[in-house]
Amino acid sequence: MTTVEDSVRTMTAPAGSPRPSALERVLRAREISIVLAIALLVLVTAVGHPSFVKSQSIRDILLGTAIMVVLAVGQTIVVVTRNIDLSVGSVLGLAAFAAGTLLMDHPGTPIIIAVLVGMAVGAGCGLVNGLLVRFGDVPALVVTLGTLYVYRGVAYLWAGGQQINADELPDGFLSFGTSTILGVPYLALIAVAVLVAAGIVLRSYPAGRQLYALGSSPDGARLAGIPIGRRTLAAFLASGTLAGLAGVLFAARFGTVDAAAGTGYELNVVAAVVVGGVAIFGGSGTVWGAALGALLLTTIGSALPVLGVDQFWQQAIVGALILLAIGIDRLIAARVAAALKKRGSHVR
Amino acid sequence: MSADGNRPAGTRLAGANPAGIAAGAALPPGGDARPRGAAGRGARLGRLASWDLGVVVLAVLTIVVASGTVENFSTSRNFTFLVLDLLPIALIALPMTFVIVTGEIDLSVASTLGLSSATMGYLWNQGLTIETIIPLCVVLGAVLGAVNGLFVTVFRLPSLAVTIGTMALFRGLALVVLGDTAVADFPARYTDWVTGTIGGSAVPNVLIPLAVLAALFGVVLHATPVGRWSFAAGASEHAARFAGIRVGRLKFWLYVVTGAVAGLAGVLWTLRYSSARADNGAGLELAVVAAVLLGGVSIFGGRGTLPGVVGGVVLLAALQNALRLSDVSNESLNVVTGALLVVSVLVPNLIRRTRSAFARTRHRPAPLSPPPLPGS
Repeated sequence: MTTVEDSVRTMTAPAGSPRPSALERVLRAREISIVLAIALLVLVTAVGHPSFVKSQSIRDILLGTAIMVVLAVGQTIVVVTRNIDLSVGSVLGLAAFAAGTLLMDHPGTPIIIAVLVGMAVGAGCGLVNGLLVRFGDVPALVVTLGTLYVYRGVAYLWAGGQQINADELPDGFLSFGTSTILGVPYLALIAVAVLVAAGIVLRSYPAGRQLYALGSSPDGARLAGIPIGRRTLAAFLASGTLAGLAGVLFAARFGTVDAAAGTGYELNVVAAVVVGGVAIFGGSGTVWGAALGALLLTTIGSALPVLGVDQFWQQAIVGALILLAIGIDRLIAARVAAALKKRGSHVR
Repeated sequence: MSADGNRPAGTRLAGANPAGIAAGAALPPGGDARPRGAAGRGARLGRLASWDLGVVVLAVLTIVVASGTVENFSTSRNFTFLVLDLLPIALIALPMTFVIVTGEIDLSVASTLGLSSATMGYLWNQGLTIETIIPLCVVLGAVLGAVNGLFVTVFRLPSLAVTIGTMALFRGLALVVLGDTAVADFPARYTDWVTGTIGGSAVPNVLIPLAVLAALFGVVLHATPVGRWSFAAGASEHAARFAGIRVGRLKFWLYVVTGAVAGLAGVLWTLRYSSARADNGAGLELAVVAAVLLGGVSIFGGRGTLPGVVGGVVLLAALQNALRLSDVSNESLNVVTGALLVVSVLVPNLIRRTRSAFARTRHRPAPLSPPPLPGS
């Protein structure tokens, strides 16, 4: 106990501005530990089963991660504002079905149009969430738990048991979902583009910083003149739009879409985000961490069957990781706070 | 249907902000520590009663309209099915009312139900007697509830995040226990009792224990210290602590009870359908939370009545039953349930907003905080 507090103190002591440095180090430690966990997992799996590091299975992991990263970026944007979006899995399903239907009925449609239609559907869903949270004063949890089922139900009403199969989709769209440039799938490139764009906006632009301020202290943000209503709306809009994009990527990757597409994804996304160090209380965390969390979860998902672990364990592991991550967050927050308090008393 | 306008002042703060994912649990200390408004107890009871009354009237209206328009709705056979359908929702809604009144939430109840059901099937396959298995499953539920309670009260984690985690964990463990198989050969004596009716009437056997439990929870909430502590903890945790209420201990045991009841609901679910499956009750947390909020319980804690919740459960179940009889699919039903969940929080909020807007134009008090500045 003392050693940890001491080490936190020594970490904070030498720097000119101790506070951000301590925080930075803690965050970096989280990201490094995820990278180490991924490396260890890949190593252990690859030693016993060399086929795990073949390009085929790596590509599968990258494709799966790409979809999860797009969702996780959107979720991070919402969670840093101290909100949550549980409807992303249903939005993904709805957008996937919309894009699939469009391409099935009009095979000549350019892919970019399908992508835009999927994103528009997602944006519409996100807008409804955001308006209810902003103007209805309804907690995000309640709104998105409700719309989780509403959007899913709409998909069922629309699809009515119908399934879009790969042979009904244009070849160009399917190859967009699976083909690669220099071994890197298109989908992964799109995910990286989304990640970098969101990362830069959240790190260096006023609008991005205001999201953190809003999640860190809503009252403080209001007094500082931040248009919190508009920022909240924008966060949900972004999350919905990205879930829509993820839906199109989902359709392109699997080629098979029905009304159940993406069911239960919200749990994996929330897990990826909190494992990646985004505080569920809002106000802290990065999209980079969330992306690493998504990579870790997808790698676990791929490694389990290779290691001969029953696939049924996967969801239990997701749940355990969520609890572990929020537990560690609380522990770190408490220790940093204690260390800062101690420093404060020295100064006085 | 005139709704509250009487939330604790602190929650108005939280509500006006886009905050509150954890239903007040994540509010900064001090923000929620303000006392209730000066509204008298009588006026408060009057308003609550009117919301309760509205829900009950709406439930009765739904039943009357459905009886007239939906074929087979008013048959005695359908009444039996209606009660059997609302049984798991009603059971879990009872302790969930307490949990939400204290300002917390439990999203893991459906997964607890599933794990209880899966464990029941597993133990039955192992050759245990049903008389041993049933109490074991209830105890299992209590243990799972204790896990939630531990994380929320001892580690002080937000209940929303904890129960999202245990929602995945418990459902995952259910899959580990039973995989995607089903166990079906439970003794007919028990399955018949659960689906059976009292002496050939339309009243299902299970309605008796349900009514007893509802009465018990109602008395505890409205006429015992435990109920008053729950309201106090939900209205202002700080004030409750200063008043000497052991808020942590209270919440811990509320989670234990919720888990135990969800475990019992898992047993009854399994016996009703004669099928133990890992995915039993998936998505039920939506219906439970929707019914509780529909019944007038504030998602911010500190406010609600048990008769209102019973009204909410009946309204929801009657609506679902009528739609199902009209050949609406289960998935489409979720549209209605999800929308009801949002509306049951949205409508009171909008009414309160409109009211306070009127009040402001009449009284023009000094604003507490400067209005939000435009632009950035």
